[in-house]
Amino acid sequence: MAGPGGDMQWCFSQVKGAIDDDVAEADIISTVEFNHTGELLATGDKGGRVVIFQQEIENKNQPQFRSEYNVYSTFQSHEPEFDYLKSLEIEEKINKIRWLPQKNAAQFLLSTNDKTIKLWKISERDKRPEGYNLKEEDGRYKDPNTITGLRVPVLIPMDLMVEASPRRVFANAHTYHINSISVNSDDETYLSADDLRINLWNLEITDRSFNIVDIKPANMEELTEVITAAEFHPLQCNTFVYSSSKGTIRLCDMRASALCDKHSKLFEEPEDPSNRSFFSEIISSISDVKFSHNGRYMMTRDYLSVKIWDLNMENRPVETYQVHEYLRSKLCSLYENDCIFDKFECCWNGDDSVVMTGSYNNFFRMFDRGQRRDMTLEASRENSKPMQVLKPRKVCAGGKRKKDEISVDSLDFNKKILHTAWHPQDNIIAVATTNNLYIFQDKVN
Amino acid sequence: MSGDNEETQTAGETSADQREVPDKVVNPEKSEEAKLKSKYPNLGNKPGGSDLLRKRLQKGQKYFDSGDYNMAKAKIKNKQLPTAAPEKTEITGDHIPTLQDLPQRKPSLVASKLAG
Repeated sequence: MAGPGGDMQWCFSQVKGAIDDDVAEADIISTVEFNHTGELLATGDKGGRVVIFQQEIENKNQPQFRSEYNVYSTFQSHEPEFDYLKSLEIEEKINKIRWLPQKNAAQFLLSTNDKTIKLWKISERDKRPEGYNLKEEDGRYKDPNTITGLRVPVLIPMDLMVEASPRRVFANAHTYHINSISVNSDDETYLSADDLRINLWNLEITDRSFNIVDIKPANMEELTEVITAAEFHPLQCNTFVYSSSKGTIRLCDMRASALCDKHSKLFEEPEDPSNRSFFSEIISSISDVKFSHNGRYMMTRDYLSVKIWDLNMENRPVETYQVHEYLRSKLCSLYENDCIFDKFECCWNGDDSVVMTGSYNNFFRMFDRGQRRDMTLEASRENSKPMQVLKPRKVCAGGKRKKDEISVDSLDFNKKILHTAWHPQDNIIAVATTNNLYIFQDKVN
Repeated sequence: MSGDNEETQTAGETSADQREVPDKVVNPEKSEEAKLKSKYPNLGNKPGGSDLLRKRLQKGQKYFDSGDYNMAKAKIKNKQLPTAAPEKTEITGDHIPTLQDLPQRKPSLVASKLAG
């Protein structure tokens, strides 16, 4: 993974998207996800569109190879809909994309907006039939009287065409807004979670799903917390977790009962009540939860930190990393401009040794668990010369600002990196700014 | 990985860190809370309570209903029509959208610029 010295040096590789500052709402990237081999990289945006990039490996034998990601397929996954009963528009924004493991020549992914999940098949076509008996080459039907002979059509090569077609539509199962989808390791089922409920689906069946978690209180006045994220365990098909707006994570075992309202494990860090403030609950709300690849740990992201939990220890995380602690003294203004409600995601690298998450000012942070080191990098057009090494950034919380440091008050809170993804095997990362996708790779020493 | 050694805390140190802060330095969260309360004195004491959560559950584009709008206008003859308040405890559904609140019409669907 890391070079011989253990140090990773991140270089700019590519950037996708428009340069202009005037960002159309539809172009706001809302999700980024590598497939299981890392060959494909999918993005979803607020306009309901999915763009898939494919890695083209050039000269892997050379010491400094560049793997470029180029557009493979793009399609309109979801369209805006209208709920007539509630007079509310249903956004077409893609909340999450999850790839299915590849089983045949085609690729499959699940994409979801607030209400509907769709299974898309992405397949390649590089041959076409020629020499039909009943049709002309342009498709017109021949006059049957002119047909005198019989021939077998042949398949001739054609330019590669990548087609995306919706194979399943899983609709009408969520009253509230879907925040997560997760494919099970059993290759048959997946879960979808909204603010109050989690449903279990079979990938083949669209007209029914099982409700496995329901935290809706009988009286909505008693509502104290909502579900913020959910994920299946990567190896145990009976286990899943869901996080809440109160900073707790519940692990559930589907073998225990049909309705998993009673958790098997409850992960919660005790809080010092004397430190409690108006903001405590809001900043403790977990915006993302991700299992490690080996299934032994899970990572949670709350507003100011990233926490690593050992699944065998419920009473506190084993590691806590401060993402941008300097924002603790800015919570008032962050509440006023709604930034305190921003939902940052987090991700693991392939061998679970490094974790990454985004921040403001187009900064993103990496924490090396083994080496106990962290790094702040920036995704910007200024650092986008080919193979340019990214310089670590430093934020000055107060006092004297050193050269090259940026003060907290100069941070641009409109430039948020909410979505990042790490290639499952290599040190290649995809970082989404508001409307651009940056691809960085580790300089191979 | 090059970079400065920041606070990577292990288990058990999280709350201890705050206790180590000398007494004369006020908890930054509490001073921020005081700032907020001075700006919005009507703010309820339970921020994570049902109001905030219900607002979250009902997130969605407000739709203009001319019936509601005209009814509201008729009721409040002398007072001003309710506009989008900066109040953070406002519950969607109680608020009648006015013409100024409505977002602009969405442009037609075009291809993503990422694919360009």
